[in-house]
Amino acid sequence: MSEDVLALLKENVIQGRKTKDDEGIDESMSGKPGVLELTQLALENNISLETIITQGLTAGMQVVGEKFTTKEYFIPDMLASAEAVGGAMDILKPYLEASDVATKGKFAIATVKGDIHDIGKNIVAILIKGAGYEVNDLGTDVPTEKIVEVVKEYKPDFLGLSALLTTTMVVMGEIIEALKENGLRDEVKVLIGGAAVSDEYAQEIGADAYCVDGFHAIKLLDAFQESRT
Amino acid sequence: MARQGILVEPYQRLKLEQVERIHRASLAILTDPGLVCFNRNAAELFGDCGAEVSSIEQGGAACWLLKIPEKVVSEALQAAPKVVKLGARDENNCLILDGRESRVHFASGSETNIWLDVDFQAYVKKSDPNIEVMVPEFHRRRGTVLDLCQASHLCEHLETLDAFIRPVNIQDKDITVDNKDVNKFFASLNNTTKHVMAGLTNLKQLDNVVNMAKLIVGGEEELKENPIISFITCLVKSPLQFVEDTTQTLIEICRRGLPVVVSSSPQAGTTAPIKEAGIMAQINAEVLAGITLSQLVNKGTPVIYGSVPVRARMDTLGDSYGSVETSQYNIDCTQIARFYEIPNYSTAGVCDTKMPGMQSSIERLFSDILVTLSGPQYLHCAYGLLDGNSTFCLLQAVLDDAHFQMIKFFLRSPRISQAEIDDTLKQVREVVATPQKLYIRYIRSMLRSGQLSMPYPFEGDGETDNVLALAYERMRQLLAQPVEHIVPATTSRIFQEIPGILPRLNVYEDRREQ
Repeated sequence: MSEDVLALLKENVIQGRKTKDDEGIDESMSGKPGVLELTQLALENNISLETIITQGLTAGMQVVGEKFTTKEYFIPDMLASAEAVGGAMDILKPYLEASDVATKGKFAIATVKGDIHDIGKNIVAILIKGAGYEVNDLGTDVPTEKIVEVVKEYKPDFLGLSALLTTTMVVMGEIIEALKENGLRDEVKVLIGGAAVSDEYAQEIGADAYCVDGFHAIKLLDAFQESRT
Repeated sequence: MARQGILVEPYQRLKLEQVERIHRASLAILTDPGLVCFNRNAAELFGDCGAEVSSIEQGGAACWLLKIPEKVVSEALQAAPKVVKLGARDENNCLILDGRESRVHFASGSETNIWLDVDFQAYVKKSDPNIEVMVPEFHRRRGTVLDLCQASHLCEHLETLDAFIRPVNIQDKDITVDNKDVNKFFASLNNTTKHVMAGLTNLKQLDNVVNMAKLIVGGEEELKENPIISFITCLVKSPLQFVEDTTQTLIEICRRGLPVVVSSSPQAGTTAPIKEAGIMAQINAEVLAGITLSQLVNKGTPVIYGSVPVRARMDTLGDSYGSVETSQYNIDCTQIARFYEIPNYSTAGVCDTKMPGMQSSIERLFSDILVTLSGPQYLHCAYGLLDGNSTFCLLQAVLDDAHFQMIKFFLRSPRISQAEIDDTLKQVREVVATPQKLYIRYIRSMLRSGQLSMPYPFEGDGETDNVLALAYERMRQLLAQPVEHIVPATTSRIFQEIPGILPRLNVYEDRREQ
């Protein structure tokens, strides 16, 4: 029974079916339980949190990643799967908090003060959550003081800063300075992204990395975490 | 089930009153100065139907001046079928050309003398020997019958290509004026299940070619039902002359009732007036005269209005297919043919440059889009041609197929039904209620159902332009796919009964993969 649920969970992640109402790719699955329902079912069947995550969610995302690499899948497919996994992680969150199973890490993300562009930021947030990280999305036009406060209180492993405009990207440098002033700079890895910024700009303002896109961000996060262990 | 081509809402460059003005000018041309005819049979046919025919002499050759009254032309236009079927070995590949409907079908074309081979060579950067790039090299040579087999093979697998016009002049040492036609048609027919159209080199070979087609489809009646071959006749030498031999070819094809294109290709500036009004009035007069002749020979002959107008280059006075005016002329002709409700054989995609690349893409895509939009029923020359219509390149044909995939996608009918609106309103309400406010999840069903256009298939990775290398790879893949040859028993009969076909074209005896 548990194997069936896990296999279905993995398959539904691959299909990117968050709920029973989602179409996915295989139309014959329409109306059948999606990732959220199957995650709930797995919990009811007393399948361990670690097994649900590794054999269901992560195993499914692994296949999705491979299909994306071979160009069988496109970004909408990747996002659908990531969104489904993100929803499953929300269901699992209270159980995870009560257990000793850790998430891959904590990630806070914001579009900086003065900038309201959030499409890229939202996509990155979905992908990173789908990759198994706990994500705190602070939204757009976020004041520097609020970002500093979140780093202090929420203690994320990573802080993602997004800006589309050349006029707002300078705020990223101000945030890094504010983190330093508050003695928080070494507590968090700062990653920047957005159309206006670049690798060179990341170095110039003292960020830890520049992310080309969400997939690059996941790779960087995973690499940082691996280097810590 | 016929191939669907693409139905367009035609772009009208000319106002109706302008089309009518050209029509009247063409009729005026056909009575004054009239048309010089070097073919006695045609002159007699025109004389019998009431045209004013007078014997004249030009360059020592016997010829006649035809003054064709409006009534004769009008009766011919009424007699000419509005719908012409072009059959195919696979009947699913047949085409229905309806002169009243702007459904565009795409075909290869011309008969180029030069075949362009492509080869990729590695080049190393002088200042950094670690950097190596692959650069295409092009080699020009005379076309052969095996090249034609390859062209037909490739075109069989080009998704957007609806019909095959032999694009290469076969110039092997053992090809003569007496065996060229049978080899040309056999090489084409044996490697594609699509319709095959070509010109005839030697009228004496017409019956051999027709008999070959009868053997393939099963008999005379079957060929009438499913005319797997058709002919292009350039009987007009501009300005306003019926040449002796090709006019006779048209007459004989019409007697056999097979589909035929009456084509004229005047050049604005040299063999036609440089002004748009002038070249239009003249080419229309020339094609109308040819169509009239076809119906005088055999009323109801399936005839296609063939227009290949082109502007002269100012540096060489050669044809400038890449000029903007050439596209304008072709669009005008399509409108004029539609005025008569006769299917139109139009021209696009021919460029002035000699090899695939940026100029080629710009020139051909410009005319491909615009002429397609005008709605000709049969758009020829659209695949693989370079340097006007003197060079054919398989790689270019693959690139052209990608262009037409985009054009056909663009011309799909809009989907703005109430059901679509209702579905979309539901999406809007759902998405606005979410924190991320993204519609991405709704892309997937559109993507999987083919409702989204695909990216350009030869897009390079990162900042490199790999278009030619990727298209070359695609070309090799397509040529590696098998084609459905004519069955062995029929092939055997063709080789026994039709004289002159080269033994090396027999795929069953030679075991040669073409």
